[in-house]
Amino acid sequence: MELPSAISTGQQSSRPSPVAQKLIGVVGAEAVLWRPEDRMLYEYDGLSSRRAPDAVVFPTCTEDVVEVVKVSRSENVPVIARGAGTGLSGGAVVTEGGIVVSFARMKKILEIDIPNQRARVQPGVVNLDLSLAVSDAGFYFVPDPSSQKACTIGGNVAENSGGPHTLAYGVTTNHVLGLEMVLADGQVIRTGAKVWERPGYDLTGFIVGSEGTLGLVTQITVRLTRKPEAVKTLLAIYDRVLEATRTVAAITAAGITPAALEMMDGFTLRAIEEATHAGYPTDSAAVLLIEVEGLREAVEEEADAIEVICRHHDAREVRRARSDEERELLWRGRKNAFGALGRISPNYYVQDGVIPRTRLPEMLEFIGAVGEKHGLLIGNIFHAGDGNLHPLLFFDARDAKQTEKVLAAASEIMARCSEMGGSITGEHGVGIEKNELMPLIFSRDDLDMMRRLKDVFNPGGFFNPGKVLPTGKMCGELRIQLGGGA
Amino acid sequence: MQTPREEPGTRAASGYGAGEKPEWDFYSKCTHCGLCLNACPTYRELSVEMDSPRGRIYQMIQVERGRLPLGESFVRHMDLCLDCRACETACPSGVEYGRLIEAARGQIATQYRRPLLVRALGGVFFHHILPHRARLVFAGKLLRIYQRWGFERLAAPMAGIISSRLGNVARLAPRMDNRFFTERLGVTMPAEGPRRFRVGLFAGCIASLAFSRANEATARVLSKNGCQVVIPSAQGCCGALHVHAGLRDEARKLARRTIEAFPPGDFDAVITNAAGCGSVLKEYPHLFECEGSELLERARLFSGRVRDVTEFLADIGWNRDFGAMRVRATYQDPCHLGHAQKIRSAPRRLLRSVPELEFVELKDNEVCCGSAGIYNITENAMAERLLKAKMLRVEETGAEIVLSANPGCLLQLRAGVAQSSNPRRRVMHVVELLDEAYRKAPG
Repeated sequence: MELPSAISTGQQSSRPSPVAQKLIGVVGAEAVLWRPEDRMLYEYDGLSSRRAPDAVVFPTCTEDVVEVVKVSRSENVPVIARGAGTGLSGGAVVTEGGIVVSFARMKKILEIDIPNQRARVQPGVVNLDLSLAVSDAGFYFVPDPSSQKACTIGGNVAENSGGPHTLAYGVTTNHVLGLEMVLADGQVIRTGAKVWERPGYDLTGFIVGSEGTLGLVTQITVRLTRKPEAVKTLLAIYDRVLEATRTVAAITAAGITPAALEMMDGFTLRAIEEATHAGYPTDSAAVLLIEVEGLREAVEEEADAIEVICRHHDAREVRRARSDEERELLWRGRKNAFGALGRISPNYYVQDGVIPRTRLPEMLEFIGAVGEKHGLLIGNIFHAGDGNLHPLLFFDARDAKQTEKVLAAASEIMARCSEMGGSITGEHGVGIEKNELMPLIFSRDDLDMMRRLKDVFNPGGFFNPGKVLPTGKMCGELRIQLGGGA
Repeated sequence: MQTPREEPGTRAASGYGAGEKPEWDFYSKCTHCGLCLNACPTYRELSVEMDSPRGRIYQMIQVERGRLPLGESFVRHMDLCLDCRACETACPSGVEYGRLIEAARGQIATQYRRPLLVRALGGVFFHHILPHRARLVFAGKLLRIYQRWGFERLAAPMAGIISSRLGNVARLAPRMDNRFFTERLGVTMPAEGPRRFRVGLFAGCIASLAFSRANEATARVLSKNGCQVVIPSAQGCCGALHVHAGLRDEARKLARRTIEAFPPGDFDAVITNAAGCGSVLKEYPHLFECEGSELLERARLFSGRVRDVTEFLADIGWNRDFGAMRVRATYQDPCHLGHAQKIRSAPRRLLRSVPELEFVELKDNEVCCGSAGIYNITENAMAERLLKAKMLRVEETGAEIVLSANPGCLLQLRAGVAQSSNPRRRVMHVVELLDEAYRKAPG
């Protein structure tokens, strides 16, 4: 791997490279970054840092993207799409050089069609901005990853992002009606339709979650959802983790599908409370944050039923948010959780795995044992309802041994997820973080089929090379580098 | 912060010199999650990482690591930061970005050589005018003559011909008051009714020349709330602009003088109506962390007593003998009140208690208006873009009065209103509105 070098102030940085010059020719100088001191800011995303791209280009329309793809293709340099760079699996970092196509300036909401509950947006629109734009009309865009204040809808499409509300409403793919995408030869295709029902192969479904390895999405038609008439948020507090995890399966077994069902362990709670003062009890072993929504009467009944189940499983206390402010406060703690945990130690590594929710109790025990074995602090935040785990492994990147232990512990947890019949990622994507772990859950034949499909769209690894599928270079090992500090 | 692997021994020397610099303890909290991006006014406008909070922190780290020179590019992006600290509100990890950018600017001030003209103008402004009351008043009087005797109408277009930036500077210069508030230094105003508190009023430097009315209103409103208001004469500039410009030694001098002007034990609180000053007054201890513990302790004592006027009124339970104000008003949070001091509800609670005042929220009120101290002059182009966006939001509210709680913001919003379709719209400080409402009280 090429090592990032110091910025040269000499001659070589004073003129754009030939490929950058060609890009400037098609989109203008204002839309291309080529100086080393600028490019180095595109070494990282929300996961880690790699190397600087050869250039960064900022298209403003589909035509720009077509031209950029044509230039890159003719110069034989890979293209890496980037939204806000908030991803947690390295999807937007550069593995072997290439052009970063930043969609940050393609942030227009092109059409809002409230009667038909849909909107057409450019990929750089910030997730929350779309919801705010349709909020007065009583609608919102459902996928709500914790980064929704900053992440883009294009990024959500690439990663098939989730969020706390996926339990009842599904992930991004369930809210995308159609796409416009630029192919490797510069051709523009449109998939899906403005309505749900469409004949033929589900190309939209194939593209959502492909992490920028099939083409560059330039327009997205999304489904808008009416805000529920009523929402009830409950906080169930437990003295023992086991009871909390058992409650999760009990709630769904009772035929109730909460809009969100989140779990946080006591260690995590204390850190969050210190940072956000959300009113979480700091002396408990675990809490469940449960939200039900729908018609006013139904919600009341469901909340009552949930409270009974929680108490049956020895919840010490069940609180209900009495106002919108209280509800916001309970969620603020959860939504800011990862950051709040950043206060505990200089670095942490968020894992993302899925298991059947019935096996939550034994998984938590396993994670505890892994932490003990390696001498690591591990906090737990789950989208418990759908069995999506987010263990956080704390470390100090200046300690190389500890960093290695973190990677080893993470691998063990992922392997266990796969043994339990789960998945190695719930919503953060594969990227460069987990592509070498794909064989844990897919056979050689499965992966081969995926590779053949990818090659149709992405000949020669032109789009986002080195992501999603195993490269075989360092099989079975995490290739990411964590930390670095200063 | 996670950064690329380096081979042992390849680490280059830090690009920072002696003195305060961005410290690992502060920047290592940044997980480069990116949640700050859309909160940052310059990222919203330019959409490039270099002008985002996490990008600026990354650049600070690369200078420390010797990968990026403390040169033109670095300085450009640090300069373009408004220091509005909206990123601190957005940051889930508790990164104290203000401390980082101020330290980085301290390094730039001592290590980087700016063009001669910039250095000369900055030197005069920061070192030879702001810290000295007599010179400040003299400069104010000159400016007043320029503004009153018609020179402005003559000179501004001419300045505009020479350079559009100079034209803007002439336009954005604060309008000098007929009577400077400096005349009131040394005065003590009695409390109306029984005395509940004895407070020191921090008058500000430029605010004493151009925002006398807001200062007078503040004193009256405090008096209405049972405060004996002392305006110590030994006070002067607090050094906030110096802190933001990285002139830390000068800032320390001014901080010491301010601390001495408000001796401990004399006052229940030190009150300011300027959010920009207030946030620095509250953060004086940061300036003395590198110095002796005795000074640091005194700074802590002082800062612990500083209150924004809206914060103070909300805390003590304010006098509600207001007359009705039949008007629609909106409020722009000063960044150094909302983001730096985390005071968002106090001004709103005060305004909502005024009878018949129709309070409408301003969308994007957490986004800077572009004032940012003297940023609207030093980075005029970006400031104008932000003001334009802000004025669109103001128009949406249909408000007849635009309120804020910091002189710089008022100045910028006034410039925006003057160019808008409704130039008669009033722009005023929250306490000025409260003062008016008290005067309208029946009986």
